[in-house]
Amino acid sequence: MSQTEENSVCSAQDVEQILKRIAFEIVERNLALEKVVLVGILTRGVSLARRLQKIIGETANRDLPLGVLDITLYRDDLSSATHHPVVRKTEIPFSLDGVTVILVDDVLYTGRTVRAALDSLIDFGRPQSIQLAVLVDRGCRELPIAADFVGVSVPASAQDRVMVRVEESDGFDKITVMPRDSTSGE
Amino acid sequence: MSSNNSSLLLKNVSLIDAGQNRDEKNLDILLQAGKVAEIAPAISFAADQVIDLDGAWVMPGAIDLHVHLREPGFEYKETILSGARAAVAGGFTSIACMANTRPVNDSAAVTRFILEQAAVAPAKVLPIAAISKGMAGEELVEMGDLSAAGAVAFSDDGKTVANSKLLRHALEYASLFNKPLLCHCQDNALFADGVIHEGMISAAHGLPGIPTLAEDIDIARSIMLAEYLKVPIHICHLSTAEGVRLVRSAKARGVKVTAEATPHHLFLDERAVIDLACGEVLDDSLKPEQLRYNTVTKMSPPLRSVVDVRALREALADGTIDAIATDHAPHETTEKAVEYELAPFGVIGLETAVALGLRLIKEKVLTPLELTARLSLAPAEILGLDDRGSLAVGMAADLMIVDPELEWTVDPEKFYSKARNTPFAGWRMPGRVVKTIVDGKVVFNL
Amino acid sequence: MGFEHKDLLGTRDLSAIEIRSLLESAESFKEIAERPLKKVPALRGKTVVNLFFEPSTRTRTSFEIAAKRLSADAVNMSASTSSVVKGESLLDTVDNIQAMAPDIIVVRHKFVGAAHMIAERVGARVVNAGDGANEHPTQALLDLLTISEHKRLGPGLTVAIIGDIAHSRVARSNIWALTTLGVTVRVCAPPTMLPRELEKIPGLVVCERPEEALAGVDVVMMLRIQLERQDRLLFPSIRDYARIFGLNRQRLDLAAADAIVMHPGPINRGVEITSEVADGSRAVILNQVSNGVALRMAVLFLLGGQSYE
Ligand SMILES: [Zn+2]
Repeated sequence: MSQTEENSVCSAQDVEQILKRIAFEIVERNLALEKVVLVGILTRGVSLARRLQKIIGETANRDLPLGVLDITLYRDDLSSATHHPVVRKTEIPFSLDGVTVILVDDVLYTGRTVRAALDSLIDFGRPQSIQLAVLVDRGCRELPIAADFVGVSVPASAQDRVMVRVEESDGFDKITVMPRDSTSGE
Repeated sequence: MSSNNSSLLLKNVSLIDAGQNRDEKNLDILLQAGKVAEIAPAISFAADQVIDLDGAWVMPGAIDLHVHLREPGFEYKETILSGARAAVAGGFTSIACMANTRPVNDSAAVTRFILEQAAVAPAKVLPIAAISKGMAGEELVEMGDLSAAGAVAFSDDGKTVANSKLLRHALEYASLFNKPLLCHCQDNALFADGVIHEGMISAAHGLPGIPTLAEDIDIARSIMLAEYLKVPIHICHLSTAEGVRLVRSAKARGVKVTAEATPHHLFLDERAVIDLACGEVLDDSLKPEQLRYNTVTKMSPPLRSVVDVRALREALADGTIDAIATDHAPHETTEKAVEYELAPFGVIGLETAVALGLRLIKEKVLTPLELTARLSLAPAEILGLDDRGSLAVGMAADLMIVDPELEWTVDPEKFYSKARNTPFAGWRMPGRVVKTIVDGKVVFNL
Repeated sequence: MGFEHKDLLGTRDLSAIEIRSLLESAESFKEIAERPLKKVPALRGKTVVNLFFEPSTRTRTSFEIAAKRLSADAVNMSASTSSVVKGESLLDTVDNIQAMAPDIIVVRHKFVGAAHMIAERVGARVVNAGDGANEHPTQALLDLLTISEHKRLGPGLTVAIIGDIAHSRVARSNIWALTTLGVTVRVCAPPTMLPRELEKIPGLVVCERPEEALAGVDVVMMLRIQLERQDRLLFPSIRDYARIFGLNRQRLDLAAADAIVMHPGPINRGVEITSEVADGSRAVILNQVSNGVALRMAVLFLLGGQSYE
């Protein structure tokens, strides 16, 4: 992949700032923090959820429970997937009944991942409410889904590729947009 | 056997005939009144028909000691006519058919029925009568009556004669008529419910095994009986290295034992059960779909180990194994299209045996002369057929014309046999029978 | 993940990478059994036919639960209700089932190669749930999954398999899977139940006596003795077999101190294994059962998740 064709939207510093802002908004919106849990969607959503957990722990002095969600089994494109999707372990070691779930993902695009995540969460219990936090909203929704907390809106066409890289998986934080042709795929 | 007076002159022949010990080029052969009339470098004779063979091989017609023609009783598998057509298409001019029909060929009536059906068949059909009534292993058949009716030998093939006293009496009584006993050697208790060779493949795949021991013990018993009684005995479809050793040492002691091996035991080993292609580059369009556990690898005795195959080839070369016999065992396709363990034993061989013999020449196992000895001369001697097995002047004009360079690929759909159960589908063959002549008449023309 | 097969017919055909990724995937499916709602929509609308020509309530139930937890429609056809008894051939039966367009067929059959034959015939994806004495891949894989909960699966590990090796598809599938991963496998059986030429399989050590097989071993896998084989002259009496080959406290003491004890079930208590050992702290027999569901979910998902090209 050629770095030059990438159009950097946010640097590592920006990402850190954005997460602090989202954490603040979560705390602001949910006064009863003892009833709030974080659930990250694998893989990068989990990293971001962990960071939010840390920031909220430091700023609001509250350790929110953190769950890990793999939505593979809930995908709506399983029969057309060309390569076999890897199923990873879902870990939600607490009850979802009556709590507020902050669902965390890196990019909100078609809305299909979030749809799958919502279906999955409901199988685990009956949360009081579910709120969605994403680092990037890139538009092009195919389902009527909106985020409650958006880090940055990046209007991009379907041909563009919006990539979120996080230190935990990629070694550094960065949000980039690039024409689809120039990528080697994820 | 017609006694016609027509004549056929074969020009420019390469004659290969172990009976005369001749392997010579540029000969003409004149066939007259169903017999070989003259062999010379240049025959000028106004024959009814002249065929220029352009150097093709002429060999005595192959004689199969061991086929199952299924008639009477199982005509849906094969008939005497369809089997004989398959025979001549493969270069066989005489075929000896086993007695395990329904009814069993244990009476002169059945023997005569077979001969009647064979009257219109293109090959000479030689009925083998059962040893015991109904092949039940209890009472001897009327060997005198059967011999008079035309039975050429006795065999309970498909089963073993488990009762040694009965086998002893059969050997003694058959010697009265100079008829050989052809023994399918198998210890039933050791054979048990086996379906493939007991060895590394049965161990690895859990298919019930048939130990070589099941065959060897019975070969030893048969040889001991023949030795004790000083009578001849013939061992059918020898498949084991130990069996070879037993026959070889018996021959060395002067026991009148002869043995046959089948082409499938000479070319395939136990690994074919799990990979039918097994090292062979098969023609893609003719390759069977199922290469693992294909029931065309199921026969009795089973495909043995590599070591056994090597021993058989050596024994074939040194003459310990006298004859190649096909054990042609036709089954309907649906009968074989079942679970491996449920499938009937047996494969067909009439239309591939001679071509595989040509491969044995290519692979330097046999010389052309040795091949005619194993395919024609020895079988004729074993069955006591004085007029066949060689093309010396005065012998029956039963012969095959072989193009040793005509490559072809085995396509079971083109078989004359009713059955398709061959393990050689898709195999490349180095040469081919192009014409077969019986009693001086062309009965097969490619 | 590289699983390049249309069907799962045996562990013999699987590479180490395929085995490990299957186990990893099964690991993820374990969690579903702990959910309040033990069902995911992954195979919604898919049809899984459990075609059992041989009765086996345990294996069939395990596949059925696995299919249902994936939201597939699971249909059971057992030999007694199927048309096999009416003289129809296996291929006739299979053609009929194929005409109903199932996505996955799970086959149990008493003869070797039946699953291969069906797989060759149908477009549906086939899982071999046991063919004669040949293979029972999901059993071996769930055994490996269970081992991996306690031990590092790979070179350095030694597993003893004791019992009727000759007639055991569980033994064969375990032998292929374990040796592929570099595990040392010791097998031990009465000579009448030990196939000839078994020693030719690489990575396999054939032991004459259970004491020899058990010495210092990490995993003990006892096989079920089929009592009906007794009249086939394979062993003189159940008592005699139990005396020489049964796993009891004293014999288990020969194994490594942290050795685990496995059995594919159902157990003949007091024959291949004493109750004391079967119910003891080192037995992981019930873990095997629960892992069976997760493993079979992983297999069904792997085969049924998308169409095979
Ligand atoms: Zn025979």
